[in-house]
Amino acid sequence: MGTYSTNEFRGGLKLMIDGDPCSIIDNEFVKPGKGQAFCRVKLRNLKSGKVYERTYKSGESVEAADVMDTEMQFLYSDGEQWHFMEPESFEQHAVSETAMAETAKWLKGQEECLVTLWNGVPLSVAAPNFVELAVTDTDPGVRGDTSGGGGKPATLETGAVVRVPLFVNIDDLLKVDTRTGEYVSRVKN
Amino acid sequence: MLCDDWRPTAPIENIRLRAELLAKTRQFFAARDVLEVETPLLSVATVSDPHLQSFVTRYNGPGLPPDTPLYLQTSPEAAMKRLLAAGSSSIYQICKAFRDGEYGARHNPEFTMLEWYRVGFDHFTLMDEVEALVKMLLDLDCEFERVSYQVIFERYLGLDPHRASLDDLMRCANDSGVFTDLNEIEIGRDGWLDLLMSHLIEPHLGLAAPLFIYDYPASQAVLAKVRPGEVALAERFELYVTGVELANGYHELCDGDEFSRRFERDTLQRKKDEGFVPRINRRLNTALEAGLPESAGVALGFDRLLMLAAGCDSINGVVNFTVANA
Repeated sequence: MGTYSTNEFRGGLKLMIDGDPCSIIDNEFVKPGKGQAFCRVKLRNLKSGKVYERTYKSGESVEAADVMDTEMQFLYSDGEQWHFMEPESFEQHAVSETAMAETAKWLKGQEECLVTLWNGVPLSVAAPNFVELAVTDTDPGVRGDTSGGGGKPATLETGAVVRVPLFVNIDDLLKVDTRTGEYVSRVKN
Repeated sequence: MLCDDWRPTAPIENIRLRAELLAKTRQFFAARDVLEVETPLLSVATVSDPHLQSFVTRYNGPGLPPDTPLYLQTSPEAAMKRLLAAGSSSIYQICKAFRDGEYGARHNPEFTMLEWYRVGFDHFTLMDEVEALVKMLLDLDCEFERVSYQVIFERYLGLDPHRASLDDLMRCANDSGVFTDLNEIEIGRDGWLDLLMSHLIEPHLGLAAPLFIYDYPASQAVLAKVRPGEVALAERFELYVTGVELANGYHELCDGDEFSRRFERDTLQRKKDEGFVPRINRRLNTALEAGLPESAGVALGFDRLLMLAAGCDSINGVVNFTVANA
């Protein structure tokens, strides 16, 4: 099994901590001018979804988690589990609610997602960086306002709520960045 | 798509701010009759501090044996002390310093340091001068707070840093939510104090007003004088502003024999940690034996000062090209 030195730490790197696979969310280099250097790491336990911090001595090595990222297509949700399919083998995987965490609210079906497998079990799912979704509810649009300043909340067809410019109307199709949860632009229907 | 990584990470107004604060700093020292000096960035020897990693390059040409390793300075301390020993009187320098392995929101392996030495000062009179300079550069009018290392640990952790056992320190970290697999041998007692300080105390320091911490454990004296007593204390200080460590100063160690002993201890530590020892500055040792005048000195991270002046959370907002796109 491979290891990573703290110098290789970056967001998204997968480590084995106390027997569980974890993903690095954030890594902070901490060093007093005259003293020991540390890496203060924020991690997500990929099994439980729990977020916690851990401190390493700078230069220390940590066991890598044997995880694999695979492109899969989202098929449907049965209310308890989310079903994905590998495009080459047509093999299907059922993903738990915990593993869907922040991703569920961006998916309506057919999307190509990056599914992280650990020992063949799906641990987490990343939505495509950009999705296009229709607005189902928002305050009436303000004609002529194209500045985008201010803004208002809008509910999308998947239930996600994003901040949008005042000119956006119900039924508009929007492009959204799923990494930041921010509105990008309107898309012509 | 056109690659955008040729652009500076710092906005132009922060590049201007740097020029402005550098000019104000030079005026400050000119008005106080402190001499600006320059010393070499490259030297055949480097610092003994086990926590600092030097960059090394090689020289081929007249003057030195072929392929001589030359170290980039981690600070101008050694060369400036040689000037002091030679009778320069009070001096300051604004220069680049280099430290391998240090990169993050507050670190870049190449950074700008303001370092100065005041003959006849002790660490308290030097704190007064640091306060005057930082107030002027950051446009502050509040009094800076001064708290000993012991009191700051008592205030935030309810722990006496000089008398607490190693077990107490480890338990305190764990109880406060700092989790690690490190054991006591790996980083030692001072490593655990550093961990508590950097994780649990530092973020609170200097929020209402900038704060000096002084009287460090003797084991963290580096090149500061140690004052004997029931608990021996290092006459060293650090300045914190809104959770950022900004400056580190000493009432300078002048005793050549004591210097040799600390030097020896660092060398042993490095041999243990890294298996080798870089060539260390023998000429500084000789200068101290020749006699360093009673003085106090301080090093201030100029990029961090700019971060505070500009309200930046990251050093790449004030350094136009950090190592990631230099």
